[in-house]
Amino acid sequence: MQKKSMENSKRTSMIITYTALILGSIIMIFPFVWMILTSSKTVSESMQIPPTIFPNQLMADNFVEALASLPFVNMYLNTILMIIFRVIFAVLFSSMAGYAFAKLRFKGKNLLFGIVLMQMMLPSQIFIIPQYQMVAKLGIANSVAALVFPGLVSAFGTFFLRQSYLAIPEEVGEAAYLDGCNQWQTFAKIMFPLTRSSVAALTVFTAVFAYSDLMWPLVVNSDLKMMTLSSGLATLRGQFSTNFPVLMAGSLLAMLPMVILYLVFQRQFIEGIAMTGGK
Amino acid sequence: MKSGKLSSAARREQNWGYLMVAPTIIGLIVLNVWPFIQTIYASFCEHLGFGHYKFIGLDNYINMFRDSDFWRATGNTLLFCVLTVPVGIFLALMVAIMLNARVKFKGGFRTIFFLPMVCAPAAITMVWRWIFNSEYGILNQILGTRIAWVTDSRVALVSCAIVAVWSAIGYDAVLLLSGLQNISKSYYEAASIDGAGKITQFFKITLPMISPTLFVTMIMRLMTSLKVYDLIYMMVEETNPALTSVQSLIYLFYRESFVAGSRGSGSAIAVWTVLIIGIVTVFQFIGQKKWVNYEV
Repeated sequence: MQKKSMENSKRTSMIITYTALILGSIIMIFPFVWMILTSSKTVSESMQIPPTIFPNQLMADNFVEALASLPFVNMYLNTILMIIFRVIFAVLFSSMAGYAFAKLRFKGKNLLFGIVLMQMMLPSQIFIIPQYQMVAKLGIANSVAALVFPGLVSAFGTFFLRQSYLAIPEEVGEAAYLDGCNQWQTFAKIMFPLTRSSVAALTVFTAVFAYSDLMWPLVVNSDLKMMTLSSGLATLRGQFSTNFPVLMAGSLLAMLPMVILYLVFQRQFIEGIAMTGGK
Repeated sequence: MKSGKLSSAARREQNWGYLMVAPTIIGLIVLNVWPFIQTIYASFCEHLGFGHYKFIGLDNYINMFRDSDFWRATGNTLLFCVLTVPVGIFLALMVAIMLNARVKFKGGFRTIFFLPMVCAPAAITMVWRWIFNSEYGILNQILGTRIAWVTDSRVALVSCAIVAVWSAIGYDAVLLLSGLQNISKSYYEAASIDGAGKITQFFKITLPMISPTLFVTMIMRLMTSLKVYDLIYMMVEETNPALTSVQSLIYLFYRESFVAGSRGSGSAIAVWTVLIIGIVTVFQFIGQKKWVNYEV
């Protein structure tokens, strides 16, 4: 008797769970679906009341118009180059510093690590005006270098990779030392490869956040040809304030590469971002 | 360790240490420490153009505190946190608990809820503006209403909060899920043998056990909400009549520093924002002692 009622309550709770999850998924997916559907409608169709769900035709006109009004090729290129350079710098410098902070003894270590912590605690906007003035003084505004500039070093990356070097037992380094490795060799040949999963997480994190960043590219690269996908979209918004089909096409074009990467490397993306969650 | 008496091996180690932290530390000093000092200094200055500043004492702060737009931006920012953090964390916890149960397609659900995280806010906000559109937007069509979601100053901030919560649920849920997975199943088994129901189990086991993760997730969400900018910027352009009742502190900072070009008063807003973030963080850490359980 009791067993049966327990099974019944288990079943109802499962039904509730699935209903809630499916409902939630629909709410999560709907904006994306609506974006895709709208991108194939004409302006007048998009303004029909009651609205059509499916577009009357499959057409690429809106994509053509979005591509014609914004230099998407440049925007892709700028975004990709910014991401590549930021990732290289973050991984290289943060690995070196993270290793030194975790494994080496040197005077003033705590003070220097304090600088790392301080940067992590302050919002990036407090640095942005002087950083912009530096870029202007260096004469590199409107360039890929300007986009990369604040990402030359990563306090968060240093902090994060230090954690993973701390997790490596001391014996590993000692063994390498006995084999005649110097500090650099120990780091580069033995230790660095052991942090592979953390480096992957940092890569994903750096890439996604560089790609989403809006204020810095908006401030530093005003030339349309030097914009990133994010800042370019902000410009498109102004150009086509009521032409939503074109805006949807443009947004789709900007989102697609990252979404495809995400769908292919789901696990790495989710775990990477969750691992870096401490930020 | 006394310097000067280091063995040659220890000295070598120390040199390697300096060499390896050098790029990061030099970079941080140039890109962050020095700009931080400059911003604080600039907040007491008037910007004369081309990076030249004149010291004017507290004038920027006095003007800022007299400016009603500034107080509204402060209020908007805090209200935005109130609207997004509790609801967002609650929904994320629900999603995490459901995903922690034995459901099929767990990975698929996780992927779907996490999706907004890899999309640029600029792109996401665009489709939400379309959904929220007062005349042709699908939301008003479904609800049969004619609410001006984005331009009515009474609801625009709520609309922004909806998008923020929708964007962050998956991310917060993934963090909370990893906390839930660390709770040993044996607690629940013991509790159900003792006859504790699901709700009792939630309050007596799940909530205390997950409280450290919950705390970290909440702090992060709060920080992000206090610094909100891109979402509101994309949603509410500068010509929108609802601007002053939606703009956050960082949005105001952006307009002041880079649109109006008054970098002195912009810097003052930035300093103020840092102060608010600091105060809120201190309160969070004091408050956590009451509910976060570290004895696992």
